[in-house]
Amino acid sequence: MCQDCGCSAGSGRKIVEVQESVLASNTSKARANREILKQHGILGMNLMSSPGSGKTLLLEKTIARLRDRLSVGVIEGDLETERDAERIRSTGVPVYQIVTGQTCHLDAFMLHDALHRFPLDTLDLLFVENVGNLVCPATYELGTHLNVVLLSTTEGDDKPAKYPVAFKNADLMILSKMDLLPQTDFDAARAIRDARIIRPSLEVIRLSARSDEGLSEWLDYIDGAVQRLRG
Amino acid sequence: MHEFSIVQSLMNTIEEHAARQDAQTVTRVVLRVGPLAGVVPHLLKTAFDTFKDRTVAEIAELVIEMSPLELNCRDCLQTSATDTVRFKCPECGSLNVEACEGDALMLERLEMEVPDGPA
Ligand SMILES: Nc1nc2c(ncn2[C@@H]2O[C@H](COP(=O)(O)OP(=O)(O)OP(=O)(O)O)[C@@H](O)[C@H]2O)c(=O)[nH]1
Ligand SMILES: [Mg+2]
Ligand SMILES: [Zn+2]
Repeated sequence: MCQDCGCSAGSGRKIVEVQESVLASNTSKARANREILKQHGILGMNLMSSPGSGKTLLLEKTIARLRDRLSVGVIEGDLETERDAERIRSTGVPVYQIVTGQTCHLDAFMLHDALHRFPLDTLDLLFVENVGNLVCPATYELGTHLNVVLLSTTEGDDKPAKYPVAFKNADLMILSKMDLLPQTDFDAARAIRDARIIRPSLEVIRLSARSDEGLSEWLDYIDGAVQRLRG
Repeated sequence: MHEFSIVQSLMNTIEEHAARQDAQTVTRVVLRVGPLAGVVPHLLKTAFDTFKDRTVAEIAELVIEMSPLELNCRDCLQTSATDTVRFKCPECGSLNVEACEGDALMLERLEMEVPDGPA
């Protein structure tokens, strides 16, 4: 543009066909993360859900049951506070906290930084607890192998229909807080049907971290995935 | 609300392409957004207008083209497009459908002012 009057003399208009995903840089960083996990032979699992669906309690229970046979690490994403990280730390496994501040999700870059600060050498299994949010985390692949979405019975069975994006790349849906089912009007069949419309291959486990219902099924799921990764 | 993060990476991509063309000014940014992309178009616009100040896209207009959701019906085996996030085959009414191509978040095209080549 002409510096003096702003007319377009002295310059031409150009249309550039870009056709590039806005998330391309996140996608390639996720690929790098996947490579890091692969080099260390680590299975990565990304846990996503609304705030309070039971991610951290499930991790505490899972670690207690797995730690004899698998070396587990946890990366925690939270807007504020190290509280979840403290809870995991007290189980004795390595944990790294990503405080995202204003950001409502983890992205592949944040995980990448965390991976470089994490003792990866001895690890078999890395859990990433995403920021409690049923919307934003689903947009950002991290490079983990499996996406796990928790949906608690107290949230309502309409969530897969209302938040389809959260389920579009999920591998496993855990229906959590099953012990509270009798106190709710949660219709598990409906939640599963709606979620599978978006993601036909979705696996489902009904679980309670209070009564331990479904816990062994979940542990089998993890063992199966670890075995598949080792080939 | 992660539209700000989206716009941040959008800006990086715009700056890159503008620099490659030696452009000082980008005038139009065309994005294609699918219904499963997980972004709200008007929030994206607000975020864009906030971020574009003092960038190469300062005067740029953001155009958002919504692309339809493609459904593969597992009953009648037809592929059809719908504008809403409604997972029902428009051909046969089956709910046994699989969504694809729904999460596009694509920078399609940029219009910019480039210096004239050597005369
Ligand atoms: N009754 C019952 N309560 C549960 C269960 N799982 C978790 N809770 C409770 O639900 C609350 C939230 O659990 P957390 O594990 O902190 O949930 P979270 O998903 O990690 O929450 P954020 O990290 O804040 O998103 C706590 O009070 C838990 O004790 C369950 O299976 N049954
Ligand atoms: Mg938690
Ligand atoms: Zn059909």
